[in-house]
Amino acid sequence: MAIDPKKHEMPSQDPMVRAHNFNEVALGYEEATALAEAARCLNCKNQPCVAGCPVNVHIPEFIAKIKEGDFEGAYQIIASTSSLPAVCGRVCPQETQCEELCTLGKKFEPVGIGRLERFVADWHNDQEALKANPPKSNGHKVAIVGSGPAGLTCAGDLARLGYKVTIFEALHTPGGVLVYGIPEFRLPKAIVAREVEGLKDLGVDVETNVVIGKTLTIDEIFDMGYEAVFVGSGAGLPSFMHIPGESLRGVYSANEYLTRSNLMKAFRDDDPDTPIMKGGKVAVVGGGNVAMDAARTALRLGAEHVYIVYRRSMEELPARAEEVEHAKEEGIDFRLLNNPVEVLGYHNPDDPRDPKNGTVNGLRCIKMELGEPDASGRRRPVPIEGSEFDLDVDTVIIAIGTSPNPLIKNTTKGLEVNRKGGIVVNEGGLTSREAVYAGGDAVTGAATVISAMGAGKVAAASIDEYLSAK
Amino acid sequence: MYKIVRRRSLKPTVTQIEVEAPLVANKAKPGQFIILRVDEEGERIPLTVAGVNPDEGTVMVIFQVVGATTEKLNHKKEGEYLQDFVGPLGNPTETEGIKRVCVVGGGVGCAIAWPVAKEFHRIGAEVTSIIGFRSEDLVILEEEFDACSDRLIVMTDDGSYKREGNVTVPLRELLEAGEKFDMIITIGPLVMMKFVTLTAKDFDAPITVSMSPIMVDGTGMCGCCRLTLHTEEGEQMKFACVDGPDFNGYEVDFDEAIARGRTYFDYERKQHDHVCNLLKAADELKANA
Repeated sequence: MAIDPKKHEMPSQDPMVRAHNFNEVALGYEEATALAEAARCLNCKNQPCVAGCPVNVHIPEFIAKIKEGDFEGAYQIIASTSSLPAVCGRVCPQETQCEELCTLGKKFEPVGIGRLERFVADWHNDQEALKANPPKSNGHKVAIVGSGPAGLTCAGDLARLGYKVTIFEALHTPGGVLVYGIPEFRLPKAIVAREVEGLKDLGVDVETNVVIGKTLTIDEIFDMGYEAVFVGSGAGLPSFMHIPGESLRGVYSANEYLTRSNLMKAFRDDDPDTPIMKGGKVAVVGGGNVAMDAARTALRLGAEHVYIVYRRSMEELPARAEEVEHAKEEGIDFRLLNNPVEVLGYHNPDDPRDPKNGTVNGLRCIKMELGEPDASGRRRPVPIEGSEFDLDVDTVIIAIGTSPNPLIKNTTKGLEVNRKGGIVVNEGGLTSREAVYAGGDAVTGAATVISAMGAGKVAAASIDEYLSAK
Repeated sequence: MYKIVRRRSLKPTVTQIEVEAPLVANKAKPGQFIILRVDEEGERIPLTVAGVNPDEGTVMVIFQVVGATTEKLNHKKEGEYLQDFVGPLGNPTETEGIKRVCVVGGGVGCAIAWPVAKEFHRIGAEVTSIIGFRSEDLVILEEEFDACSDRLIVMTDDGSYKREGNVTVPLRELLEAGEKFDMIITIGPLVMMKFVTLTAKDFDAPITVSMSPIMVDGTGMCGCCRLTLHTEEGEQMKFACVDGPDFNGYEVDFDEAIARGRTYFDYERKQHDHVCNLLKAADELKANA
């Protein structure tokens, strides 16, 4: 049988419909489609795809199980190395990881590995829940700081090895960026809640409303009898551009905008307690996944027009390919090679009490062209003199990254951080403090869910090695 | 869930509650704040810690009913529970090296100023307190301030109680008379703090202001609480939740902070009315049942 050169499409909500609701965009494969897609896998010997996965999911093996129709078997293979299969199938940038290295991809489109992973995870979650029993305790206690992808992965791996794990979470709901950052239409919160419940079944305790560095310090955690700590506290303060007008009303960091909508449920139309500006014309500054999430959230909140303003070209745009495609289909207006120079504000010189004073009424941008490659290897964007123009907007969302949260570094003696504030770790995730490990955005600055999971996994193995030897 | 162990109405719209939160009670120092949610659907609001009882594991906060969330909070009775209560957040008020201090509080800001005055009194500093209110029916914590102040001046805007005028009047008199304070600390509405700062400036007196901008997470993640400082090194963006809430008054851009504070004014007023009506209807139902 000839190989289908194209990946099987995943059904999704119609762009014109979904642009106005928060339901999940991509609908997942049906069983028949999954079987057909699995049949495209060549099951090649050298398995290049596995090396492309930060948590080394045994990809050809799980796809082989799908071919046999043994979906639970496929799930167990994924779950043996990944704590969050239903999450990864949805948010991983497969095109730059497993699928980029797929042998089939040299000639045709690669196997839809992410779509198959999602199918398997959703199939498993749809079955009558088989409660996992906590494994036999090995008597060691480990604390995890932060319940985002790094922390959940580290907790899951350690709990399966018999460690008594407690996760300390600063916010009121566990999940970290999976609940405050990534919107419902891309990752339904019920899926995250389910993954957290799965960890609880394994005996993991989750303590919300505990801010490490404030409520408790790392040293106090050790005093409480924990023998090792993993810090997965995530990204911290949002970066701003330091251009005039960034404190006007109507300028949000993407963190704030998405937190209001996702975690605080401001997106709902039943008068939520937490407000957010809805409607109008919106400019989102940045080209990453967070920028796409913010732009598409703005659209769903009723914006008439949403721009993505990005200083480089489509080629350098770092967001996941599927998100960019989805955003375009929904009508997001990409203004590439444009860089903001000032947020413009309304000011009524005749009436200092005018309630509109201090609100956004435009974004001044300058056109850019690509010059010589910079340190990152990408061509450096250079402003074209005299090319300034104004976009007519009333909300501006800045999505240009974050810097690590300073709370833990400020309250933990002997914890080394780099120039940007990221915690310094060795290849095993160990920090400059004995028994303190770290991973995820707290170490690298803003990165991906899967790289944070990879770091959580590495640290769990190191913690196991360290405590087993004790 | 966090139990309200004691509740005391200070004024019809100002309430003091003590909440069981042992980890917070162990740590909180004057000048720090907590964030709470009343119920599962609630928003996160920051409130300054008014006092702690570590033995009992309780944290006291005082709030004024200004919006939907504080209205719902005010409806909670002793023995009932709050959904979330997290802290202590922000940095404690700097007390080191301060021997003579003037604490200037305005309105419900006095609830924040009081533990600060108490702390200075405890460490042996000479404390002058100036507290101001709109009118007599809003005066709170007078006895408490009296107990921890070497000198207490109470002002009302309309003269309905004690001296008429705003807090800058006696402050200016003291400074004109040659009083030297190691620090003036002011806590209250932004407009008041702006004018207290301008008054201090005429005398080159050092001043600390306690900022309470809109927050969401309160842990240094969302950036909503940013404010602009005009420092010798130029303009700086700071975050009240992790860099503050106390700042050098001379550096704070008050006009920007005032504008940002109004961001959700209309929405909040609408929500407040909505919640008031709901609660009223519920009370009536209960009364008729």
